[in-house]
Amino acid sequence: MRPPSPSIPEKDFLFSALKQGLRLDGREFLETRPVTLTFGPELGWVECSLGKTRVLAQVDVKMVKPPPERPFEGFITIHSEISPMASSEFELGRPSEEEVTITRMLDKVIRRSDVVDKESLCILSGQRVWHLRLNVHCLSDSGNLLDCVCLAGIVALKHFRRPDVEVVGDEVTVHPPTFRAPIPLSLHHNPYCFTFAFFSDPSLNPVLDPNLLEQRLNGGLISIALNAQRELCVVQKSGGVPLEPGDILKIVNVAALKAKDVDALVESRLQEDWEGRKIEIR
Amino acid sequence: MSIVLPGERVPAQHVNLKLGPGLLQASNVSCSTNRTSPSIFATRAGSLNHSANGSKWWVENNARRYVPAAQESVIGVVVQKQGEGFRVDIGSAHSANLDGLAFEGATKRNKPNLKVGSLIYARVSLAHKDMEPELECFDAQSRKAEGFGELKGGFLVRCSLRLCRQLLDPKHFLLPLLGSLFPLEIAVGLNGRLWINSQDAKCIIAIARAIEAADPDAQGMGEDDVRTLLEHP
Repeated sequence: MRPPSPSIPEKDFLFSALKQGLRLDGREFLETRPVTLTFGPELGWVECSLGKTRVLAQVDVKMVKPPPERPFEGFITIHSEISPMASSEFELGRPSEEEVTITRMLDKVIRRSDVVDKESLCILSGQRVWHLRLNVHCLSDSGNLLDCVCLAGIVALKHFRRPDVEVVGDEVTVHPPTFRAPIPLSLHHNPYCFTFAFFSDPSLNPVLDPNLLEQRLNGGLISIALNAQRELCVVQKSGGVPLEPGDILKIVNVAALKAKDVDALVESRLQEDWEGRKIEIR
Repeated sequence: MSIVLPGERVPAQHVNLKLGPGLLQASNVSCSTNRTSPSIFATRAGSLNHSANGSKWWVENNARRYVPAAQESVIGVVVQKQGEGFRVDIGSAHSANLDGLAFEGATKRNKPNLKVGSLIYARVSLAHKDMEPELECFDAQSRKAEGFGELKGGFLVRCSLRLCRQLLDPKHFLLPLLGSLFPLEIAVGLNGRLWINSQDAKCIIAIARAIEAADPDAQGMGEDDVRTLLEHP
């Protein structure tokens, strides 16, 4: 069942608060909610939360035979599961508009922007390649699921390590992680997604990382995916509010700054986690 | 206090037994092996509680999804006007019906004019497992509003069902604390919705954040933590 649109008092209060320069959770207009990353016991298992929005991402890998037209390339598939567990507005088997947007955007950000070096997934040309599978589960939706999903996906890929393989002639040996240290994936870059909400009232400034109410009442959303090197990967706009080119350039600059912060956070958390995993062998 | 699971038989016995939320008397007589003891079953998991003399029994738990129970006050959003009444979303699996005449002073000619999207503070007058819930905005005996009706202005906060039950307890710290710091107007709906109003937007945001921080589902802050949050933002 689709939930009814927010009530009149909620709508009035949100707009009057935004007019006074206040956001409902006490943030600045261009401030994201705190990001927390929790790693599981396995490599490539990460729980990412953006305020109360929570997403679980997990990567696994298997060996397959490549199709004859692309014998040197591995695969990456993304399975996103947005179940009613996240919010009662999602239904199984009937994807809502938001769900479709998230799935397509995830595909654009992670697969089509060439994050994973597919040729590095090749083991034996024409015979064996790695097939990466990224599973994303949305646990709780409290607005801006998209950014959280993209972040969780990228971090899971960065955290994942595949088993080492040895090729002698035509023979492939897979070494279990207890024998040889697993190898990180070779990633070209790390795009992060940032969503800005615009409101139909032109006097209201855009907000970054909209919460549930802001997302429901927006007049338009822009999602920008870019990496810390200021390389723009995806820009997606939905909603009918017309925007000036200057506005868009302004928010791209904001997103570029945020991408640097998020990148630093992700790297430091991964480093921390990796330190904790070191085992001394005597 | 004991823990019950859905379907479990509850040893509730009293001449004048009253069952609260989470308990159901089996309608099928053949179910009860003994005519003198009615078979009472739990319909949700939680801790089983009863009043001192054993006449009132209920199951307490925490959830975010509301299951309507008769005589509970709830906050709903009008989703549709239909004929004589309104359809109201109260956060349960089915939307509730609110009759246009179930208001103080309402007559056939003079019915309240609620817009789609208005907030309603009402009482659940009928909650049956096979029927849609029904609401009323007055006391059926005295025909007075007693605080129920449309909520204008203010803001709606969502919280866990446990917190909104706790807020009705006069011994809970949160509302007295908020009331001592801000001018405060609040309506507690047992469906996990709280309507708050104060003098300006800043106060309302502060109150909403304090409620969210005190929610056992989130940080579950205690009195001192909420006080420091409000005094040193």
